[in-house]
Amino acid sequence: MIFGISEHEILSIVVTAILTIVTLMGSVIMAALMIPIERRLLGLWQDRYGPNRVGPFGSLQVVADMIKIFFKEDWIPPFADKAVFVIAPAIIMFTTLMAFAVIPFTESWTIANLNVGILFLLAMSSLGVYSVIFAGWSSDNKYALLGSMRTAAQMISYEVFMGLSLLGVVLLAGSFNLGDIVESQRGMWNVIPQFPAFVIFFIAGCAEIHRAPFDLPEAEQELTAGYHTEYSGMKFGMFFVGEYLGIVLISCLVTTLFFGGWLGPWLPGFVWFFLKAFFFMCFFILLRAATVRPRYDQLMAFGWKVLLPIALLNVAITGAIVVAQS
Amino acid sequence: MKNAAQNAFSATSSVLRTIGMTFMHSFRKRDTILYPEEKPYLPPRYRGRIVLTRDPDGAERCVACNLCSVACPVDCISVVKTEDETGRWYPETFRINFSRCIYCGYCEDACPTYAIQLTPDFEMGEFDRQNMVYEKSDLLISGVGKRPGYNFYRVAGMSVGGKDKGQAENEAEPVDIKTLLP
Ligand code: SF4
Ligand code: SF4
Repeated sequence: MIFGISEHEILSIVVTAILTIVTLMGSVIMAALMIPIERRLLGLWQDRYGPNRVGPFGSLQVVADMIKIFFKEDWIPPFADKAVFVIAPAIIMFTTLMAFAVIPFTESWTIANLNVGILFLLAMSSLGVYSVIFAGWSSDNKYALLGSMRTAAQMISYEVFMGLSLLGVVLLAGSFNLGDIVESQRGMWNVIPQFPAFVIFFIAGCAEIHRAPFDLPEAEQELTAGYHTEYSGMKFGMFFVGEYLGIVLISCLVTTLFFGGWLGPWLPGFVWFFLKAFFFMCFFILLRAATVRPRYDQLMAFGWKVLLPIALLNVAITGAIVVAQS
Repeated sequence: MKNAAQNAFSATSSVLRTIGMTFMHSFRKRDTILYPEEKPYLPPRYRGRIVLTRDPDGAERCVACNLCSVACPVDCISVVKTEDETGRWYPETFRINFSRCIYCGYCEDACPTYAIQLTPDFEMGEFDRQNMVYEKSDLLISGVGKRPGYNFYRVAGMSVGGKDKGQAENEAEPVDIKTLLP
Protein backbone atom coordinates (compact mmCIF):
# COMPACT_ATOMS: atom_id res chain seq x y z
CA MET A 1 0.00 0.00 0.00
CA ILE A 2 1.38 3.38 -1.01
CA PHE A 3 -0.66 6.47 -0.07
CA GLY A 4 -3.60 4.19 0.51
CA ILE A 5 -3.53 2.82 -3.04
CA SER A 6 -3.01 -0.88 -3.51
CA GLU A 7 -0.25 -2.30 -5.73
CA HIS A 8 -2.87 -3.63 -8.05
CA GLU A 9 -4.31 -0.19 -8.65
CA ILE A 10 -0.89 1.34 -9.21
CA LEU A 11 -0.11 -1.34 -11.74
CA SER A 12 -3.30 -0.67 -13.62
CA ILE A 13 -2.59 3.07 -13.60
CA VAL A 14 0.90 2.49 -14.98
CA VAL A 15 -0.40 0.16 -17.65
CA THR A 16 -3.04 2.67 -18.67
CA ALA A 17 -0.45 5.43 -18.81
CA ILE A 18 1.79 3.34 -21.05
CA LEU A 19 -1.13 2.38 -23.26
CA THR A 20 -2.10 6.03 -23.51
CA ILE A 21 1.35 7.07 -24.62
CA VAL A 22 1.59 4.21 -27.10
CA THR A 23 -1.84 5.00 -28.55
CA LEU A 24 -1.09 8.70 -28.70
CA MET A 25 2.23 8.22 -30.43
CA GLY A 26 0.89 5.45 -32.63
CA SER A 27 -2.06 7.44 -33.89
CA VAL A 28 -0.06 10.60 -34.51
CA ILE A 29 2.69 8.67 -36.28
CA MET A 30 0.10 6.83 -38.33
CA ALA A 31 -1.50 10.16 -39.26
CA ALA A 32 1.89 11.54 -40.29
CA LEU A 33 2.61 8.39 -42.29
CA MET A 34 -0.70 8.85 -44.06
CA ILE A 35 0.71 11.91 -45.78
CA PRO A 36 3.40 10.13 -47.84
CA ILE A 37 1.13 7.12 -48.27
CA GLU A 38 -1.60 9.35 -49.63
CA ARG A 39 0.75 11.14 -51.98
CA ARG A 40 2.20 7.88 -53.28
CA LEU A 41 -1.19 6.24 -53.69
CA LEU A 42 -2.67 9.27 -55.44
CA GLY A 43 0.32 9.11 -57.73
CA LEU A 44 -0.29 5.43 -58.39
CA TRP A 45 -3.91 6.03 -59.28
CA GLN A 46 -3.07 8.97 -61.48
CA ASP A 47 -0.37 7.06 -63.40
CA ARG A 48 2.52 9.00 -61.90
CA TYR A 49 5.00 8.39 -59.09
CA GLY A 50 4.49 10.96 -56.38
CA PRO A 51 7.39 11.87 -54.10
CA ASN A 52 10.01 9.15 -54.50
CA ARG A 53 13.32 10.88 -53.90
CA VAL A 54 13.75 11.36 -50.16
CA GLY A 55 14.48 8.08 -48.45
CA PRO A 56 13.30 4.65 -49.59
CA PHE A 57 10.18 5.09 -51.76
CA GLY A 58 9.95 8.71 -50.68
CA SER A 59 9.02 7.75 -47.13
CA LEU A 60 11.23 10.43 -45.59
CA GLN A 61 9.48 13.16 -47.55
CA VAL A 62 7.20 13.74 -44.59
CA VAL A 63 10.24 14.25 -42.34
CA ALA A 64 11.65 16.79 -44.76
CA ASP A 65 8.31 18.57 -44.93
CA MET A 66 8.06 18.55 -41.15
CA ILE A 67 11.49 20.13 -40.79
CA LYS A 68 10.52 22.72 -43.35
CA ILE A 69 7.23 23.51 -41.63
CA PHE A 70 8.96 23.94 -38.27
CA PHE A 71 11.24 26.57 -39.71
CA LYS A 72 8.45 28.47 -41.44
CA GLU A 73 7.48 31.80 -40.03
CA ASP A 74 4.66 31.27 -37.57
CA TRP A 75 2.63 34.25 -38.61
CA ILE A 76 -0.48 35.55 -36.89
CA PRO A 77 -2.27 38.17 -38.95
CA PRO A 78 -2.44 41.51 -37.12
CA PHE A 79 -6.21 41.68 -37.65
CA ALA A 80 -6.82 38.24 -36.19
CA ASP A 81 -8.24 37.50 -32.77
CA LYS A 82 -5.02 36.12 -31.35
CA ALA A 83 -6.12 33.89 -28.50
CA VAL A 84 -8.86 32.18 -30.50
CA PHE A 85 -6.61 31.99 -33.53
CA VAL A 86 -3.98 30.09 -31.58
CA ILE A 87 -6.37 27.79 -29.78
CA ALA A 88 -8.31 26.67 -32.87
CA PRO A 89 -5.76 24.19 -34.30
CA ALA A 90 -5.20 22.75 -30.84
CA ILE A 91 -8.89 21.89 -30.50
CA ILE A 92 -9.02 19.67 -33.54
CA MET A 93 -5.95 17.73 -32.43
CA PHE A 94 -7.31 17.47 -28.90
CA THR A 95 -10.79 16.24 -29.78
CA THR A 96 -9.59 13.76 -32.37
CA LEU A 97 -6.93 12.34 -30.09
CA MET A 98 -9.42 12.12 -27.20
CA ALA A 99 -11.68 10.01 -29.37
CA PHE A 100 -8.92 7.42 -29.71
CA ALA A 101 -9.19 6.78 -25.98
CA VAL A 102 -12.34 4.67 -26.28
CA ILE A 103 -11.34 2.59 -29.30
CA PRO A 104 -10.67 -1.04 -28.43
CA PHE A 105 -7.59 -1.95 -30.44
CA THR A 106 -7.50 -5.42 -28.90
CA GLU A 107 -9.36 -7.15 -26.11
CA SER A 108 -7.05 -5.66 -23.50
CA TRP A 109 -5.90 -2.51 -25.28
CA THR A 110 -8.55 0.08 -24.53
CA ILE A 111 -7.52 3.16 -22.64
CA ALA A 112 -10.94 4.12 -21.33
CA ASN A 113 -13.41 1.28 -21.35
CA LEU A 114 -16.42 3.59 -21.18
CA ASN A 115 -19.85 2.04 -21.17
CA VAL A 116 -21.07 4.99 -23.27
CA GLY A 117 -18.14 4.86 -25.66
CA ILE A 118 -20.17 5.70 -28.74
CA LEU A 119 -21.70 8.78 -27.13
CA PHE A 120 -18.23 9.93 -26.11
CA LEU A 121 -17.08 9.53 -29.69
CA LEU A 122 -19.97 11.51 -31.08
CA ALA A 123 -19.46 14.20 -28.48
CA MET A 124 -15.79 14.52 -29.35
CA SER A 125 -16.42 14.69 -33.06
CA SER A 126 -19.07 17.37 -32.43
CA LEU A 127 -16.58 19.41 -30.43
CA GLY A 128 -14.28 19.32 -33.42
CA VAL A 129 -16.63 21.78 -35.13
CA TYR A 130 -15.44 24.47 -32.75
CA SER A 131 -11.95 24.24 -34.12
CA VAL A 132 -13.16 25.05 -37.60
CA ILE A 133 -15.52 27.79 -36.53
CA PHE A 134 -12.95 29.44 -34.28
CA ALA A 135 -10.36 29.28 -37.02
CA GLY A 136 -12.68 30.84 -39.57
CA TRP A 137 -14.04 33.47 -37.23
CA SER A 138 -10.76 34.58 -35.67
CA SER A 139 -9.02 34.82 -39.04
CA ASP A 140 -11.20 37.79 -39.97
CA ASN A 141 -11.04 36.74 -43.58
CA LYS A 142 -13.99 36.34 -45.95
CA TYR A 143 -12.84 33.03 -47.38
CA ALA A 144 -12.03 31.58 -44.00
CA LEU A 145 -15.41 32.61 -42.66
CA LEU A 146 -17.27 31.20 -45.66
CA GLY A 147 -15.33 27.98 -45.32
CA SER A 148 -15.99 27.64 -41.65
CA MET A 149 -19.69 28.38 -42.12
CA ARG A 150 -19.94 25.63 -44.67
CA THR A 151 -18.06 23.29 -42.38
CA ALA A 152 -20.30 24.02 -39.47
CA ALA A 153 -23.44 23.34 -41.49
CA GLN A 154 -21.94 20.25 -43.04
CA MET A 155 -20.65 18.76 -39.83
CA ILE A 156 -23.78 19.45 -37.84
CA SER A 157 -26.07 17.91 -40.44
CA TYR A 158 -23.91 14.88 -41.11
CA GLU A 159 -23.50 14.23 -37.43
CA VAL A 160 -27.22 13.49 -37.29
CA PHE A 161 -26.98 10.55 -39.68
CA MET A 162 -23.72 9.45 -38.19
CA GLY A 163 -25.41 9.05 -34.84
CA LEU A 164 -28.53 7.49 -36.32
CA SER A 165 -26.58 4.97 -38.36
CA LEU A 166 -24.81 3.82 -35.22
CA LEU A 167 -28.10 3.13 -33.45
CA GLY A 168 -28.59 -0.02 -35.49
CA VAL A 169 -25.24 -1.33 -34.34
CA VAL A 170 -26.05 -0.41 -30.76
CA LEU A 171 -29.39 -2.21 -30.99
CA LEU A 172 -27.73 -5.40 -32.27
CA ALA A 173 -25.05 -5.36 -29.59
CA GLY A 174 -27.32 -4.11 -26.82
CA SER A 175 -24.56 -1.87 -25.54
CA PHE A 176 -22.90 1.48 -26.09
CA ASN A 177 -19.55 0.02 -25.14
CA LEU A 178 -17.28 -0.39 -28.14
CA GLY A 179 -15.64 -3.52 -26.71
CA ASP A 180 -19.05 -5.17 -26.31
CA ILE A 181 -19.94 -4.16 -29.86
CA VAL A 182 -16.84 -5.90 -31.17
CA GLU A 183 -17.60 -8.99 -29.08
CA SER A 184 -21.16 -9.08 -30.45
CA GLN A 185 -19.71 -9.50 -33.95
CA ARG A 186 -18.14 -12.90 -33.24
CA GLY A 187 -20.77 -14.68 -35.30
CA MET A 188 -21.15 -12.20 -38.11
CA TRP A 189 -19.61 -8.83 -38.81
CA ASN A 190 -22.07 -5.97 -38.48
CA VAL A 191 -21.44 -4.91 -42.04
CA ILE A 192 -23.74 -7.67 -43.30
CA PRO A 193 -26.92 -7.04 -41.27
CA GLN A 194 -26.20 -3.31 -41.06
CA PHE A 195 -25.00 -2.62 -44.58
CA PRO A 196 -27.01 0.63 -45.05
CA ALA A 197 -25.74 1.84 -41.71
CA PHE A 198 -22.18 1.10 -42.80
CA VAL A 199 -22.59 3.09 -46.01
CA ILE A 200 -24.19 6.02 -44.19
CA PHE A 201 -21.58 5.97 -41.46
CA PHE A 202 -18.79 5.92 -43.98
CA ILE A 203 -20.24 8.83 -45.96
CA ALA A 204 -21.00 10.80 -42.84
CA GLY A 205 -17.54 10.07 -41.48
CA CYS A 206 -16.07 11.32 -44.71
CA ALA A 207 -18.09 14.52 -44.38
CA GLU A 208 -17.23 14.80 -40.71
CA ILE A 209 -13.49 14.96 -41.34
CA HIS A 210 -14.14 16.92 -44.54
CA ARG A 211 -12.25 14.68 -46.86
CA ALA A 212 -12.85 14.65 -50.58
CA PRO A 213 -15.54 14.38 -51.96
CA PHE A 214 -16.92 16.33 -49.00
CA ASP A 215 -14.05 18.79 -48.75
CA LEU A 216 -16.22 21.82 -49.37
CA PRO A 217 -14.86 23.64 -46.31
CA GLU A 218 -11.45 23.81 -47.92
CA ALA A 219 -12.48 23.77 -51.57
CA GLU A 220 -9.28 25.21 -52.98
CA GLN A 221 -10.78 26.36 -56.24
CA GLU A 222 -13.38 28.61 -54.67
CA LEU A 223 -12.28 29.31 -51.10
CA THR A 224 -8.47 29.45 -51.27
CA ALA A 225 -7.98 27.04 -48.39
CA GLY A 226 -11.22 27.57 -46.49
CA TYR A 227 -11.02 28.04 -42.76
CA HIS A 228 -7.23 27.69 -42.53
CA THR A 229 -6.44 30.27 -45.21
CA GLU A 230 -4.63 32.52 -42.75
CA TYR A 231 -2.69 29.77 -41.02
CA SER A 232 0.95 29.05 -41.68
CA GLY A 233 3.80 27.09 -40.21
CA MET A 234 3.13 24.59 -37.48
CA LYS A 235 -0.43 25.81 -36.86
CA PHE A 236 -1.30 24.89 -40.42
CA GLY A 237 0.58 21.65 -39.85
CA MET A 238 -1.72 20.88 -36.94
CA PHE A 239 -4.83 21.30 -39.07
CA PHE A 240 -3.18 19.13 -41.65
CA VAL A 241 -2.26 16.37 -39.21
CA GLY A 242 -5.67 16.78 -37.58
CA GLU A 243 -7.32 15.94 -40.86
CA TYR A 244 -5.21 12.80 -41.25
CA LEU A 245 -5.88 11.88 -37.63
CA GLY A 246 -9.53 12.12 -38.58
CA ILE A 247 -9.00 9.60 -41.35
CA VAL A 248 -7.26 7.23 -38.96
CA LEU A 249 -10.04 7.69 -36.43
CA ILE A 250 -12.89 7.07 -38.85
CA SER A 251 -11.09 4.04 -40.27
CA CYS A 252 -10.61 2.65 -36.77
CA LEU A 253 -14.28 3.29 -36.04
CA VAL A 254 -15.50 1.59 -39.19
CA THR A 255 -13.30 -1.36 -38.31
CA THR A 256 -14.58 -1.51 -34.76
CA LEU A 257 -18.24 -0.98 -35.47
CA PHE A 258 -18.79 -2.86 -38.69
CA PHE A 259 -15.83 -5.12 -39.41
CA GLY A 260 -15.32 -6.97 -36.19
CA GLY A 261 -12.44 -4.93 -34.77
CA TRP A 262 -9.66 -7.21 -33.63
CA LEU A 263 -11.59 -10.40 -34.46
CA GLY A 264 -10.03 -12.64 -37.07
CA PRO A 265 -8.36 -16.02 -37.41
CA TRP A 266 -4.65 -16.95 -37.11
CA LEU A 267 -3.12 -13.50 -36.77
CA PRO A 268 -3.01 -11.64 -33.45
CA GLY A 269 -5.88 -9.23 -32.83
CA PHE A 270 -3.83 -6.10 -33.22
CA VAL A 271 -2.63 -7.12 -36.67
CA TRP A 272 -6.18 -7.75 -37.78
CA PHE A 273 -7.26 -4.40 -36.45
CA PHE A 274 -4.40 -2.65 -38.18
CA LEU A 275 -4.97 -4.39 -41.50
CA LYS A 276 -8.68 -3.62 -41.51
CA ALA A 277 -8.16 0.00 -40.50
CA PHE A 278 -5.39 0.43 -43.05
CA PHE A 279 -7.65 -0.87 -45.77
CA PHE A 280 -10.16 1.88 -45.02
CA MET A 281 -7.48 4.54 -44.84
CA CYS A 282 -6.43 3.55 -48.33
CA PHE A 283 -10.06 3.56 -49.37
CA PHE A 284 -10.38 7.17 -48.22
CA ILE A 285 -7.48 8.03 -50.49
CA LEU A 286 -9.06 6.14 -53.36
CA LEU A 287 -12.24 8.14 -52.81
CA ARG A 288 -10.24 11.33 -53.05
CA ALA A 289 -8.65 10.17 -56.28
CA ALA A 290 -11.93 9.09 -57.84
CA THR A 291 -14.82 11.28 -56.80
CA VAL A 292 -15.88 14.82 -57.60
CA ARG A 293 -16.92 17.44 -55.10
CA PRO A 294 -20.68 18.09 -54.96
CA ARG A 295 -22.17 21.55 -54.84
CA TYR A 296 -23.05 22.87 -51.40
CA ASP A 297 -26.82 22.61 -51.91
CA GLN A 298 -26.41 19.11 -53.36
CA LEU A 299 -24.45 18.12 -50.29
CA MET A 300 -27.19 19.37 -47.99
CA ALA A 301 -29.99 17.87 -50.08
CA PHE A 302 -28.21 14.52 -50.24
CA GLY A 303 -27.79 14.50 -46.51
CA TRP A 304 -31.27 15.49 -45.44
CA LYS A 305 -33.32 13.96 -48.25
CA VAL A 306 -31.48 10.69 -48.84
CA LEU A 307 -29.29 9.72 -45.91
CA LEU A 308 -31.63 10.78 -43.13
CA PRO A 309 -34.64 8.71 -44.33
CA ILE A 310 -32.44 5.68 -44.97
CA ALA A 311 -30.85 5.97 -41.54
CA LEU A 312 -34.27 6.29 -39.87
CA LEU A 313 -35.64 3.37 -41.84
CA ASN A 314 -32.62 1.30 -40.88
CA VAL A 315 -33.12 2.06 -37.20
CA ALA A 316 -36.83 1.25 -37.41
CA ILE A 317 -36.33 -2.06 -39.21
CA THR A 318 -33.44 -3.15 -37.00
CA GLY A 319 -35.44 -2.24 -33.93
CA ALA A 320 -38.44 -4.22 -35.14
CA ILE A 321 -36.30 -7.28 -35.87
CA VAL A 322 -34.52 -7.10 -32.52
CA VAL A 323 -37.86 -6.80 -30.71
CA ALA A 324 -39.36 -9.67 -32.72
CA GLN A 325 -36.41 -11.95 -31.97
CA SER A 326 -36.34 -11.34 -28.22
CA MET B 1 -40.89 8.14 -58.22
CA LYS B 2 -39.64 5.76 -60.87
CA ASN B 3 -37.46 8.51 -62.30
CA ALA B 4 -35.99 9.28 -58.92
CA ALA B 5 -35.14 5.62 -58.36
CA GLN B 6 -33.53 5.43 -61.79
CA ASN B 7 -31.54 8.58 -61.09
CA ALA B 8 -30.38 7.26 -57.74
CA PHE B 9 -29.35 3.99 -59.29
CA SER B 10 -27.44 5.54 -62.17
CA ALA B 11 -25.75 8.07 -59.88
CA THR B 12 -24.68 5.37 -57.42
CA SER B 13 -23.41 3.06 -60.11
CA SER B 14 -21.52 5.88 -61.78
CA VAL B 15 -19.75 6.73 -58.54
CA LEU B 16 -18.91 3.08 -57.92
CA ARG B 17 -17.69 2.66 -61.49
CA THR B 18 -15.47 5.72 -61.14
CA ILE B 19 -13.95 4.30 -57.99
CA GLY B 20 -13.39 0.96 -59.72
CA MET B 21 -11.86 2.55 -62.78
CA THR B 22 -9.55 4.68 -60.68
CA PHE B 23 -8.48 1.60 -58.77
CA MET B 24 -7.70 -0.24 -61.98
CA HIS B 25 -5.12 2.44 -62.69
CA SER B 26 -2.94 0.72 -60.07
CA PHE B 27 -2.03 -1.76 -62.76
CA ARG B 28 -1.26 0.73 -65.50
CA LYS B 29 2.14 1.88 -66.58
CA ARG B 30 3.14 5.19 -65.04
CA ASP B 31 3.58 8.04 -67.44
CA THR B 32 6.28 9.87 -65.51
CA ILE B 33 9.78 9.92 -66.96
CA LEU B 34 12.20 9.83 -64.03
CA TYR B 35 14.23 12.62 -65.49
CA PRO B 36 17.83 12.72 -64.32
CA GLU B 37 18.19 8.94 -64.51
CA GLU B 38 16.03 8.49 -67.54
CA LYS B 39 16.47 10.97 -70.37
CA PRO B 40 13.48 11.91 -72.46
CA TYR B 41 13.72 11.60 -76.23
CA LEU B 42 14.19 15.03 -77.79
CA PRO B 43 13.53 15.30 -81.52
CA PRO B 44 16.33 16.83 -83.63
CA ARG B 45 14.33 19.98 -84.19
CA TYR B 46 13.77 20.52 -80.47
CA ARG B 47 14.30 24.16 -79.55
CA GLY B 48 17.02 24.22 -76.91
CA ARG B 49 20.48 25.71 -76.45
CA ILE B 50 21.50 27.92 -79.38
CA VAL B 51 24.71 27.31 -81.35
CA LEU B 52 26.51 29.09 -84.17
CA THR B 53 27.46 26.62 -86.88
CA ARG B 54 30.21 26.56 -89.48
CA ASP B 55 29.95 25.83 -93.18
CA PRO B 56 31.41 22.61 -94.63
CA ASP B 57 34.71 24.37 -95.29
CA GLY B 58 35.09 25.18 -91.63
CA ALA B 59 34.48 28.91 -91.86
CA GLU B 60 31.95 30.71 -89.73
CA ARG B 61 28.56 30.91 -91.32
CA CYS B 62 27.38 34.03 -89.57
CA VAL B 63 27.66 37.20 -91.60
CA ALA B 64 26.71 39.55 -88.80
CA CYS B 65 23.61 40.75 -90.59
CA ASN B 66 21.79 41.28 -87.29
CA LEU B 67 18.57 39.77 -88.65
CA CYS B 68 18.38 37.35 -85.75
CA SER B 69 18.82 40.18 -83.33
CA VAL B 70 15.98 42.08 -84.96
CA ALA B 71 13.72 39.04 -85.06
CA CYS B 72 14.28 38.18 -81.43
CA PRO B 73 11.14 39.11 -79.50
CA VAL B 74 13.03 39.61 -76.26
CA ASP B 75 16.08 41.34 -77.74
CA CYS B 76 18.54 38.98 -76.20
CA ILE B 77 21.03 38.73 -79.09
CA SER B 78 23.67 41.32 -79.56
CA VAL B 79 25.98 41.21 -82.60
CA VAL B 80 28.83 43.52 -83.49
CA LYS B 81 29.89 43.36 -87.09
CA THR B 82 33.42 43.50 -88.47
CA GLU B 83 35.06 42.68 -91.82
CA ASP B 84 38.06 40.66 -92.79
CA GLU B 85 40.56 41.77 -95.46
CA THR B 86 38.51 40.22 -98.28
CA GLY B 87 35.45 42.23 -97.35
CA ARG B 88 33.60 39.33 -95.81
CA TRP B 89 31.44 40.27 -92.87
CA TYR B 90 31.63 38.33 -89.69
CA PRO B 91 30.62 38.97 -86.07
CA GLU B 92 33.22 40.47 -83.82
CA THR B 93 31.12 39.64 -80.81
CA PHE B 94 28.07 37.48 -80.70
CA ARG B 95 26.32 37.41 -77.36
CA ILE B 96 23.11 35.67 -76.34
CA ASN B 97 21.59 36.26 -72.94
CA PHE B 98 19.98 32.90 -72.24
CA SER B 99 18.34 34.15 -69.08
CA ARG B 100 16.06 36.16 -71.38
CA CYS B 101 15.83 33.82 -74.34
CA ILE B 102 12.42 32.19 -74.64
CA TYR B 103 13.60 29.54 -77.13
CA CYS B 104 11.08 30.61 -79.73
CA GLY B 105 13.36 29.84 -82.66
CA TYR B 106 12.63 33.09 -84.49
CA CYS B 107 16.34 33.79 -84.77
CA GLU B 108 16.85 30.50 -86.56
CA ASP B 109 14.03 31.32 -88.97
CA ALA B 110 15.39 34.78 -89.64
CA CYS B 111 18.98 33.77 -90.31
CA PRO B 112 19.78 33.83 -94.05
CA THR B 113 22.87 31.68 -93.69
CA TYR B 114 21.62 28.91 -91.36
CA ALA B 115 24.31 30.03 -88.96
CA ILE B 116 22.25 30.24 -85.79
CA GLN B 117 20.51 26.99 -84.85
CA LEU B 118 18.67 25.65 -81.84
CA THR B 119 19.71 22.23 -80.53
CA PRO B 120 18.01 19.53 -78.45
CA ASP B 121 19.70 20.41 -75.18
CA PHE B 122 18.08 22.23 -72.29
CA GLU B 123 20.37 21.43 -69.38
CA MET B 124 21.77 24.92 -68.95
CA GLY B 125 20.90 25.65 -65.32
CA GLU B 126 23.23 28.05 -63.51
CA PHE B 127 23.38 29.50 -60.03
CA ASP B 128 24.72 32.83 -61.25
CA ARG B 129 22.64 34.71 -63.76
CA GLN B 130 25.71 36.20 -65.38
CA ASN B 131 26.80 32.73 -66.42
CA MET B 132 23.74 32.53 -68.61
CA VAL B 133 25.24 35.10 -70.96
CA TYR B 134 26.99 33.12 -73.69
CA GLU B 135 29.75 34.74 -75.73
CA LYS B 136 30.70 33.83 -79.27
CA SER B 137 33.32 31.37 -78.04
CA ASP B 138 30.64 29.52 -76.10
CA LEU B 139 28.24 29.50 -79.02
CA LEU B 140 30.45 28.65 -81.95
CA ILE B 141 30.69 24.94 -82.71
CA SER B 142 32.89 23.28 -85.28
CA GLY B 143 30.10 21.35 -87.04
CA VAL B 144 27.46 22.17 -89.60
CA GLY B 145 24.45 21.50 -87.39
CA LYS B 146 21.20 20.60 -89.07
CA ARG B 147 22.26 21.86 -92.53
CA PRO B 148 25.12 19.76 -93.87
CA GLY B 149 26.66 20.89 -97.12
CA TYR B 150 25.28 24.40 -97.12
CA ASN B 151 27.70 27.24 -97.70
CA PHE B 152 26.15 30.67 -98.07
CA TYR B 153 28.99 32.21 -100.02
CA ARG B 154 29.07 29.44 -102.60
CA VAL B 155 25.50 30.21 -103.63
CA ALA B 156 25.28 33.92 -102.85
CA GLY B 157 25.70 36.43 -105.69
CA MET B 158 28.17 38.56 -103.85
CA SER B 159 31.78 39.16 -104.71
CA VAL B 160 33.83 38.19 -101.75
CA GLY B 161 37.17 36.54 -101.09
CA GLY B 162 38.26 36.25 -104.75
CA LYS B 163 34.91 34.95 -105.98
CA ASP B 164 33.34 37.44 -108.37
CA LYS B 165 29.70 38.07 -109.25
CA GLY B 166 28.19 35.34 -111.38
CA GLN B 167 30.67 32.72 -110.25
CA ALA B 168 28.55 31.18 -107.56
CA GLU B 169 26.82 27.81 -107.90
CA ASN B 170 23.70 27.88 -110.12
CA GLU B 171 24.29 31.53 -110.80
CA ALA B 172 24.09 33.10 -114.27
CA GLU B 173 26.61 35.70 -115.43
CA PRO B 174 25.46 39.19 -114.51
CA VAL B 175 23.44 40.95 -117.21
CA ASP B 176 25.53 43.39 -119.24
CA ILE B 177 23.29 46.43 -119.21
CA LYS B 178 25.42 48.20 -121.79
CA THR B 179 24.68 45.85 -124.68
CA LEU B 180 21.56 45.46 -126.77
CA LEU B 181 22.26 41.86 -127.80
CA PRO B 182 19.83 39.30 -126.37
S1 SF4 C 1 15.14 31.62 -79.64
FE1 SF4 C 1 13.83 33.42 -79.73
S2 SF4 C 1 14.24 34.46 -77.81
FE2 SF4 C 1 15.91 33.02 -78.09
S3 SF4 C 1 17.50 34.17 -79.08
FE3 SF4 C 1 16.31 33.20 -80.72
S4 SF4 C 1 14.78 34.73 -81.28
FE4 SF4 C 1 15.63 35.36 -79.31
S1 SF4 D 1 23.33 34.42 -86.91
FE1 SF4 D 1 22.41 34.60 -88.93
S2 SF4 D 1 20.85 36.19 -88.67
FE2 SF4 D 1 22.22 36.36 -86.93
S3 SF4 D 1 23.73 37.88 -87.54
FE3 SF4 D 1 24.59 35.88 -88.03
S4 SF4 D 1 23.98 35.54 -90.17
FE4 SF4 D 1 22.71 37.22 -89.40
